[in-house]
Amino acid sequence: MSRLITRRAMTAGLVTGAGALLAGCDAIGRSETARNLLFTGADLHRGLQRTLQGRDALAPEYRPDQMSPRFRTNGATNPGTEAYRAHLATGFRDWRLKVDGLVRRPLAISLRQLQTMPQRAQITRHDCVEGWSAIGKWQGPRLAHLLDLAGLREEANYIVFHCADRHGASAYYESIDLVDAYHPQTILAWAMNRRQLPVGHGAPVRLRVERQLGYKHAKFVMRVEAVASLDAIGAGKGGFWEDRADYAWYAGI
Amino acid sequence: MDEELRQTGTESARSPIYRHRIATRFWHWLNAVAVIVLIGSGMVISDAHPHLYWGSYGANYDAPWLSLPRFVDFGPVIGDWQMTIPSYYSLALARRWHLFFALVFAFGLLAFMIASLRNRHFQRDLRLRPAELHWRALWRDFRAHCAFRFHDPEHPERYNVFQKLSYVGVIFVLIPLMIFTGLALSPGMDAAWPWLLDIFGGRQSARSVHFICASLLTLFIIVHLTLVILAGPINEVRSMITGRWQVPEGEEE
Repeated sequence: MSRLITRRAMTAGLVTGAGALLAGCDAIGRSETARNLLFTGADLHRGLQRTLQGRDALAPEYRPDQMSPRFRTNGATNPGTEAYRAHLATGFRDWRLKVDGLVRRPLAISLRQLQTMPQRAQITRHDCVEGWSAIGKWQGPRLAHLLDLAGLREEANYIVFHCADRHGASAYYESIDLVDAYHPQTILAWAMNRRQLPVGHGAPVRLRVERQLGYKHAKFVMRVEAVASLDAIGAGKGGFWEDRADYAWYAGI
Repeated sequence: MDEELRQTGTESARSPIYRHRIATRFWHWLNAVAVIVLIGSGMVISDAHPHLYWGSYGANYDAPWLSLPRFVDFGPVIGDWQMTIPSYYSLALARRWHLFFALVFAFGLLAFMIASLRNRHFQRDLRLRPAELHWRALWRDFRAHCAFRFHDPEHPERYNVFQKLSYVGVIFVLIPLMIFTGLALSPGMDAAWPWLLDIFGGRQSARSVHFICASLLTLFIIVHLTLVILAGPINEVRSMITGRWQVPEGEEE
C-alpha cells in the first residue's frame, strides 16, 4: 500500500517536474542572459555549416519537370506605396537599383541594364521558415558582378538590401555577409519561371540567397548598400524579421 | 520458508548492484531535458505550417498527406502545465529553443555512443543474442511483461528482450533519424551534404519522417515512463541517479 502511494507521488512528481521545466522555458525566454545563451545556437550552427559547406557549395538545383506547379506568394505581396505604384505603372522604366555605401563607384542600374548583364538561371527550392517549400526558376545577374562593378571597399563586411515594402513605420530590409554575397547562386532575380518577376514575388528585383531560408530572400529590392556593421540599421539585428521577432540572422537552418 | 526468502530479499536490498555507468546516467538526464524541449518547441514549429507532404516541395496549393492540429491551442491541462515551448505561438523563439537543443541532442548522442563503446555498455547490455529473438523467447517475455515481471530472476541485472529492442531502436534508429531528417530540413546543410535529400527523398519527405519519428519517440517516452512506474519508480529513478539498483524482491506486493 505504501508503495502505491509512493508511485502516485512519483507520477505526480514527474508530471510536476516536466510542467515546471516547460513553465520555466517562458521565464528563460524573457531573461536577457538566458536569451543570449539560447541565441548562441544560431552562431554555432553557422560556424558548423560554414565549416562543412565551404564557401561555394551549391544549394541543390532541380530539373524543369520537378518545379512546383504553382508557386505561392507570401509576406508582402504588393508594397502599395505611391512611389511603387508609379514605377509599376511605367513598367519600372525610370526605376534605378542603387548600389552604394562602402563602394568606390556608386551605381544606379536600370532594369534593362540588369537584364543585359551576364545572367545566371537556376531552378532551386525555396524553403520558408514556416516549413513549406516550392521549386521555381530564377534568373538575374550575380550579386558578385554588381559588387565588382561598384568596387567594394575593404571595410565592407555586410550587404544590406533595402526594399519597397513597408510594414507600419519600418521598411523591409535584409542583410547577408560577404560569403553569401559572393556565392555563385546569389543573384538579383528579375525573372521567375521564364517570365518577368510578378509583383507578388517581388518585382522588379528579388534577392536569391539559396543556402538560406525564405525570409532572407528580400523582395522589391530598391537599394543595395555595403556596410561595415549592421548596428546602425533598423534595430541593429540585420533584418526586418530579426528586429521585429528575433528571427535568427543566419537562416541556413 | 517464506520468512527466509524475505530475509534474503532484505539482504540483497542492502547491497544494490551497480547497474548504470556514469556516461549512461549523464546522457539519460541531459537527453531527457533535450527531448522535452525539442518536442515542446517542435510542436510550435509545426503550428507555423501544420501540413505534411511527400517529395521535394509542398505548400498551400499542394496536397498534404496529413494536416495536424494546432498544438499551442492544447492545454493548459493541469494547472500551469503546458505542452509547447514557448507556451504561446512564437516561431522565432521556438526555433531558438529547438535549434539550440538540437545541438545538445546530436552531440550528446555522439558522446554517449563513444563512451558506451569504450565502457562496453553496448556490448554488455544492449547486444541482442539470436536466442533472445526467437519467437518463443519473445512470447515468454511478452507474457512476463503482462504479469509485470520485468527481470530474469537468474540475471536480474540484464535488460529483458523488449527493453533491449526498444533501447536499440531508439538509440540506433529513431534518434539518428531525428538528427539526420532535421539536418535535411536545413538549406545550408542541403548544400553541404546533398545526399541527405537523396536518402529521405526530398525535403518535405524528410520533414514528414522527422514528424513520424518524433511521434514514435513521444510514444516511447510514454511507455518508458509507464514501465518505470510499474517497475518501482523510486528504485528505477534512484538507479539512474546513483547507478545503484536494488534487485526487486516481491515485485507483486
